[in-house]
Amino acid sequence: MEKLQNGYLFPEISMRREAHEKKYPDAKVISLGIGDTTQPIPSIVTSAMAEYSLALSTPEGYQGYGPEQGQKSLRKAIADVVYPNMGIRDTEVFISDGAQCDIARLQMMFGRDVTIAVQDPTFPGYVDNGVIMGQTGPAAVDEESGGSRYAGIEYMRCAPENAFFPDLSRVRRTDVIFFCSPNNPTGHAASRDQLRQLVDFARRNGSIVVFDSAYASYVSGDDKPRSIYEVPGAREVAIEISSFSKFAGFTGVRLGWAVVPDELLYADGTRVARDFDRVVTTCFNGASSVAQAGGLACLATEEGRAAVARVVAGYKENARVLVDTFQALGKEVYGGDDSPYVWVRLFPGRRSWDVFAEILEKTHVITVPGSGFGPGGEGFVRVSAFNSRDRVVEACARLTSFLA
Amino acid sequence: AYTTKVSRNANIAKLQAGYLFPEIARRRAAHLLKHPDAKIISLGIGDTTEPIPEVITNAMAERAHALSTVDGYSGYGAEQGEKKLRAAIAATYYADLGIDETDIFVSDGAKCDISRLQVLFGSKVKIAVQDPSYPAYVDSSVIMGQTDLYQQDVQKYGNIEYMRCSPENGFFPDLSKVPRTDIIFFCSPNNPTGAAASRDQLTQLVKFAKDNGSIIVYDSAYAMYISDDSPKSIFEIPGAKEVALETASFSKYAGFTGVRLGWTVVPKELLFSDGHPVAKDFNRIVCTSFNGASTISQAGGLGCLSPEGLKAMQDVVGFYKENTKIIVDTFESLGFNVYGAKNAPYVWVHFPDRNSWDVFAEILEKANVVTTPGSGFGPGGEGFVRVSAFGHRENIIEAARRLKQLYK
Repeated sequence: MEKLQNGYLFPEISMRREAHEKKYPDAKVISLGIGDTTQPIPSIVTSAMAEYSLALSTPEGYQGYGPEQGQKSLRKAIADVVYPNMGIRDTEVFISDGAQCDIARLQMMFGRDVTIAVQDPTFPGYVDNGVIMGQTGPAAVDEESGGSRYAGIEYMRCAPENAFFPDLSRVRRTDVIFFCSPNNPTGHAASRDQLRQLVDFARRNGSIVVFDSAYASYVSGDDKPRSIYEVPGAREVAIEISSFSKFAGFTGVRLGWAVVPDELLYADGTRVARDFDRVVTTCFNGASSVAQAGGLACLATEEGRAAVARVVAGYKENARVLVDTFQALGKEVYGGDDSPYVWVRLFPGRRSWDVFAEILEKTHVITVPGSGFGPGGEGFVRVSAFNSRDRVVEACARLTSFLA
Repeated sequence: AYTTKVSRNANIAKLQAGYLFPEIARRRAAHLLKHPDAKIISLGIGDTTEPIPEVITNAMAERAHALSTVDGYSGYGAEQGEKKLRAAIAATYYADLGIDETDIFVSDGAKCDISRLQVLFGSKVKIAVQDPSYPAYVDSSVIMGQTDLYQQDVQKYGNIEYMRCSPENGFFPDLSKVPRTDIIFFCSPNNPTGAAASRDQLTQLVKFAKDNGSIIVYDSAYAMYISDDSPKSIFEIPGAKEVALETASFSKYAGFTGVRLGWTVVPKELLFSDGHPVAKDFNRIVCTSFNGASTISQAGGLGCLSPEGLKAMQDVVGFYKENTKIIVDTFESLGFNVYGAKNAPYVWVHFPDRNSWDVFAEILEKANVVTTPGSGFGPGGEGFVRVSAFGHRENIIEAARRLKQLYK
């Protein structure tokens, strides 16, 4: 715990917001910072949760402990709807209360002695949970960016220069590779060919890929994979985690899943799924049954799937508006096409926390400084598309005023 | 077959068999396969069976519907829990104990909190547990690397201090014989023995922790089942805030075993040896490894703590306590020595000189009743069986009848 540098990134952003609101009580702060969904959940989904809740008051409808791995109907729906024709069995799907919690449980399962690689920049949960589990050495300041790197972690630089995919020939072997695609924060969705390279790399090195597909529903078109299991051979090298948070607005409801294929084996031949099951049954007691009822409603009918897709489409349109705004201003901007995140270099040469602070001060718009995601994020800010259309448009107007 | 080159976590490899309750479920399923017409009554896994009072589920349904509205939608909540719920918990259970809402961390249940606490403590601490006790303390300790290998001859993991609790010592350990450990897990009312520690005993425990500079993790999941004047919270003991944190759950009060809601209290006064507040590190874990309990569950929690909800929970607890009495009366009438039950939904039945898994198998085979073998809770549980009182009244009565038949 002592090795951790500062608090977790997102509470830090919250604190800065609070301080700002204290300073400017009349300011209409617009948050394009923390990736928090804002739009209501479709009523077909919430009705299912309400109905399930009320049924808990009846003898026929009451349910106590569910299986820790999740309700069979939901596991099956995920296998059928999210992984059609990929050979994923319902028994390989573990329902959870969200990807951040799954990351912590996976790190607990892997233990202290594994080495990890992460994209740089990336969602901070992989690194921070690795530090907490004792997988790393102390942090040291990275001279180039001023950000921190933890000893023992392999940081795979993802930058415009390499089209946001690491040069795997320069990456040293680690036991576990955390790979988020579409990426938080850069918004880059790896191509089929890139993921093939990743799977091959993992296979050659005997590594395990933990593929975070929490933003898969934001991928546009058909040429970019939504799941690592679209790549042949991935079942033997990869775990995939995902979430209903950004897919269905379940950031507060709490629901996600991990896929651990039966073919994924430790060096001694034991199934990784067996140990994950042990962690899940010992350290967890299942996702809330009410949340699971909601999850099923998102997937089980065409109506549910369409309703949820409409909300995602709304956020994608927000991302489009943001990209257009920054492009019109001549800024170097990435992401947005396959992701709710826009990755923009607003003031070349300036530190990202300074840029964050100035944007907040001058436009009352919250973003997230890129260096919070790793030294490779320095110089960028992440702008999230999660807000109402009106507020996104308003934010763009303010940014245009300020930056033009 | 292709294998990766990743070594399996050696700590997980130390675990003997699966977690206790899935094992019980497996045995039950195997029995059902063999006897598909058997009307199995489960008094094994402590799973609640009675419907949740409407005042609580109405609150949950309302919140669910609100999530479909512009004004009612909420995304990420505070990882520590919604302010109103934290305040309600503090006011309901810790009024006048010097615990306020900022000391309360809402969770998805005590079992999950136990693991998060273990992650917080890290691999280098040594723990003490009651023997017997709820298996999650030991199992999470093994997973975190705090222990040595399992010793078959004594049925204990090396580097854990097992504090024997038996009829001989009134189910409270002789602390003068207990060496110092960093952490002491103490569950009262106890799962599985049902023993509720007295004020005097808890005062001893707090002093013991203070003298040794240890941290007590006090599991109060069954506090509402207390019938006498045994303390419901460790914080009723003066000085406890400097040595203890407390975990609790709505599971066994509100039937929230599937809904998932609990809390942990970490007082500001609880400090690591370097002066760093434990709550600050726990907060970091909660923000990094967790994302808050479900908003709908939390709305249910607020419903639980309304005046109507509190009364409704008391009625549910009272119902299970009546079940407990039926089970106690049954075993006592058969001449068994039984323990617990008065302050807990568990009956701890002594089967002298018998192997508890054998007794478990016998009761399952001959009476189609599932119980839990005492040795599953530690070597101190050998010779006992835990009978849980969660069930529909007619099933409890039928189980009682079958047990009378079996052991007459």
